Amino acid sequence: MIPFLALVRKDLKLFFNDRKAVIVGLLVPIVLASFFGYMFGGQSGKAETSRVPVLVIDQDGSGISRGLITQLASDKYLDVKPSTLDAAREAVRKGKATVAIVIPKDFGENKPQLGVLYDPSHNVELGMVRGILSGAVMQTVSKEMFTGIGGREMVNESLGQIENNPRISAQDRKALRHLLGGVNELNEQREREGESGQGAISGGLTMPYDTREQAITSGKDIEYNGYAHAFAGMGIQFILFMGLDVGIALLTLRQSGLWQRLRAAPLSRTMLLGSRTVSASLIAGFILLVLFGFARVVFGVHILGSFAGFVGVCAAFSLMTAAFGLMVAALGETVEATRGYSIMATLIMVMLGGAWVPTFVFPAWLRKLTVVVPTRWAMDGLDGMIWRGLGFSSALAPIGVLLLFTLLFGVVAVMRFRWSTE
Amino acid sequence: MLEVKQLAKNYGKLIAVTGVSFRADRGETIGLLGPNGAGKTTTVSIIAGLLSPDSGEVLIEGKQVKSDTDPVKLKVGLVPQDMALYDKLSARDNLTFFAALYSLAGAKAKQAIDDVLNLVGLSDRAGDKVETFSGGMKRRLNLAAALLHDPQILLLDEPTVGVDPQSRNAIFENLEALKERGKTLIYTTHYMEEAERLCDRIVIIDHGKMIANDTLQGLHKLLPVTNVIAIDLVHADGFKPEQMLALPEVKSAELIEGTLRVGVHDLSRGAPGVLRWLAENGHSYHHVSSEQPDLETVFLTLTGRNLRDS
Repeated sequence: MIPFLALVRKDLKLFFNDRKAVIVGLLVPIVLASFFGYMFGGQSGKAETSRVPVLVIDQDGSGISRGLITQLASDKYLDVKPSTLDAAREAVRKGKATVAIVIPKDFGENKPQLGVLYDPSHNVELGMVRGILSGAVMQTVSKEMFTGIGGREMVNESLGQIENNPRISAQDRKALRHLLGGVNELNEQREREGESGQGAISGGLTMPYDTREQAITSGKDIEYNGYAHAFAGMGIQFILFMGLDVGIALLTLRQSGLWQRLRAAPLSRTMLLGSRTVSASLIAGFILLVLFGFARVVFGVHILGSFAGFVGVCAAFSLMTAAFGLMVAALGETVEATRGYSIMATLIMVMLGGAWVPTFVFPAWLRKLTVVVPTRWAMDGLDGMIWRGLGFSSALAPIGVLLLFTLLFGVVAVMRFRWSTE
Repeated sequence: MLEVKQLAKNYGKLIAVTGVSFRADRGETIGLLGPNGAGKTTTVSIIAGLLSPDSGEVLIEGKQVKSDTDPVKLKVGLVPQDMALYDKLSARDNLTFFAALYSLAGAKAKQAIDDVLNLVGLSDRAGDKVETFSGGMKRRLNLAAALLHDPQILLLDEPTVGVDPQSRNAIFENLEALKERGKTLIYTTHYMEEAERLCDRIVIIDHGKMIANDTLQGLHKLLPVTNVIAIDLVHADGFKPEQMLALPEVKSAELIEGTLRVGVHDLSRGAPGVLRWLAENGHSYHHVSSEQPDLETVFLTLTGRNLRDS
């Protein structure tokens, strides 16, 4: 037991002796997690997104086009400014505006065609603007139809055409006369009500429903904390990098006199690799502790689910990382080549695990594929225990899968490790 | 006692070691001499249990190392060629760690650490980080780390590489002290003067093969001449050294910058005959001295192309 403890203690001592490396190793994930956490909603869980810059070119200059511009400008997601066609085209090309809407002359007659110039790198915003524009047009046009002068003129004109058109049957004429007469009657009534300030649909037609949004978090009145996912993700990423460093260090050690000295001592191979696993796991646990300690104190991230489950997921992930490091050392040929391959493997694991962005943004096939990525299980486990507020039973699957990966990586490491210093 | 019997080790088609055999008794120092890549480190690695031989065996006190944890390994201390120390730890922390690898802890470990620090003269720097040490100090600490568990056999793989003459002397003194304590030293080197100074027997290895195993005196006997008489002639112009080969004791003769160098096997019989011949033939001289060929001459002679070809 004395040699085993000495091996573990030595690894920890070497890690903590390099204070600059420890500080940088903790500071970088904290800074990145803070940034990502802020971007993904911060403590309130509501991301402060900037308004989409939209330019409007009003070639019509009518009441209905001005109404449409007013309607668009009132939307909280848009930053609407008037422009000319050439200036708008140039602004979109240079990325200063995301979308430019061209309201053509005679807008409101027949079926108008609204021009939309957009920046192709902002497809998501284009979709949003298109939706807002549809609502605004519907509201503005219907308002004009029922309360505007143009709408009344159109109804009167249509009534005249019905009376003079011999191809319309008497029955149809009666029905249309009744319909348009009703619109006229309604318009007159609205005009009277408008004068007294009580127009019920004077604002035009709107969506026939309202939405009531409710975030389902761990409990009532508990808001989603964007930092929770960010700190879990960055913690996982940097611990994987730490595991990688363990592997590279072992590879370097194997080529050194220190390795010969260790191998000359009466120590078993299990002890040499086992002590590395334990020390790397303890270091990983320490990093997670500091990260989540910081997240709790500064950003109010709490473990809303099972604390035991949280500890279990952290421990299983730490072990998996240590075994991953050993596997890197076992499979690596040269330090330089191994560093390149393993950094790539680590980044893929981090990315597919959802540590950067949640996995729901992935295509369905990729989401299915991520079940073979250990980081995905670690992320699910941590998210579940931290902000989803799930119980210990929900941690069992991630813990089990992570331990299976630990076993797999460990077996590969032991089988493929080159012990001889040839 | 260490016995190495017919060791052989190949890496694919490369023969690293073949037919290496020697024996080292208590208090004896064996030098493994050979150029870089000769197979010295491979031999030491097999003795230390780091490598398994393809054939042959190593017996330490009559026992083979059978596993990684075999207690026989306690009898061996290894000083690797590469520095085997943690630069970021202090000398004492390094030694505490290496002592623990041999299950030494507490007062026992402290005593062992104090002893070895004292031996290598680093007691006053025990608390300093190794990264602040000079190359020579690191080499001495490297040696100290191998002595913590008081091994009977010490394997030293080129332990003075890259150190200044002063530190090299200090290491030699340490090794001589260990030898006096009855330790068996196996010392690999490609420095002839080190082998000459320290070793009782010298095993010469070249291209993985053992080509000699003898005392220094025994190796000298393998040479065509064991002594050289150097004579500074008063008038060297026109002197033809080859005429001296007519003398029965003379094995070689050459004239270099006014100095006649005559090779003989037996100095007591050869020198009077040579000097008499010079006097009889009217050649006067300023100064006469005798030289014994050094180990370098032995090595070059034994590993030279002509010898291998013959």
